[in-house]
Amino acid sequence: MEQNNILVRDLCKKFDSFSLDHVSFQVPKGRIVGFIGENGAGKSTTMNLILDELKKDSGQIQIFGRENTISSVRENIGVVFDECSFHDVFNTDDIERILSGVYQCWDSSLYRQYLNRFNIPGKKPIGSFSKGMKMKLSIICAMAHKPKLLLLDEATTGLDPVVRDEMLDLFLEFIQDEECSIFFSSHITSDIQKIADYVILIHQGRIVFEEQKDDLIYNWGVVRCGKERFADIVPEDYIIHRTTSLSVECLVRDREMIKRKYKNVVVDKASLEDIMLFYVRGGAA
Amino acid sequence: MEIIISNSSDKPIYEQICMQVKNLIMNGTLSAGEALPSMRVLAKDLHISVITVQRAYEDLTRDGFIETVSGKGSFVAAQNKEFIREEQLRVAEELLQKAAEIGRAHGISYEQMTDILKLFYEE
Repeated sequence: MEQNNILVRDLCKKFDSFSLDHVSFQVPKGRIVGFIGENGAGKSTTMNLILDELKKDSGQIQIFGRENTISSVRENIGVVFDECSFHDVFNTDDIERILSGVYQCWDSSLYRQYLNRFNIPGKKPIGSFSKGMKMKLSIICAMAHKPKLLLLDEATTGLDPVVRDEMLDLFLEFIQDEECSIFFSSHITSDIQKIADYVILIHQGRIVFEEQKDDLIYNWGVVRCGKERFADIVPEDYIIHRTTSLSVECLVRDREMIKRKYKNVVVDKASLEDIMLFYVRGGAA
Repeated sequence: MEIIISNSSDKPIYEQICMQVKNLIMNGTLSAGEALPSMRVLAKDLHISVITVQRAYEDLTRDGFIETVSGKGSFVAAQNKEFIREEQLRVAEELLQKAAEIGRAHGISYEQMTDILKLFYEE
């Protein structure tokens, strides 16, 4: 049994038009967990509940084995949202003055080292930064107080491929320490497909699955065949099916078994994006 | 140590790592007692998840190619390369025997069979 940095059990939160319904999952130590789902599925709500920015209705949230409402727990979390939250008139020195007052473990030399490595200019106001530079700065700031847990909410969305790759490097560096973990939400599934150890899919406020990423990409698959052939496939062998005007597609858990059992069907690997689309759009297509 | 990963290969990445490390050990590039990069370092360098590397290392340990000492890392196991080669040769012999039986029973010529084997070897 792996030890967890985040443990969420039966978490519920009701809004007027949306509710988070008995959400349970875990983020083990030393692992990167990807949190995927379409816009409005409940990713940010879950993040905000974990951070105690929103109050839960019921359920349990533990961070490092303690209640998430304990303020000292927050000291060990680094958070990045998709918007840069620093005021435009500040420069990186101002940011350091502010944050070193907030975090007891602020590491000034580490901060300088990151700024150099990612070519963040020192004296210029943040208002003049590109979107990529602002995001890099946000991520650097989240890491400069040496947290044990990074929460990233759409942090790499909107960044160009070069910067995204640099950030993936940084994230993999971060978990060189086996005590550290990353909980990483995105609707861009390719980054998660690269570096995540586990993947959690949320849809309409409910957890659809929590799986090892390698199982998803090496075992799951998409089967395509004609309508007549589809009638031969027993329902236990697929998870969801979708009928188009030309063929039937279904999502399966074990593509090798399907290949052996059924001839004359096309069996492809499933990307995280394929899997997400199947669940989100469901059989209605 | 060199490891080259193909993202478009049908072989899962953990299998590719496992095969290549075995190959490096069998051809002498890695020798007994030599330290392998830690799982986390290898994951970082290859831009893949830690669990993927972990799985490859677990398979290598299971097959007796490496040993993992907790807190110290993974090392090439002191094993008898000749012995492994002999053992694998026996496995290959069995499979080739089966291929020969299929060939004989169905009128596939010896030349055709060796051509196929040659093709696979050069792959």
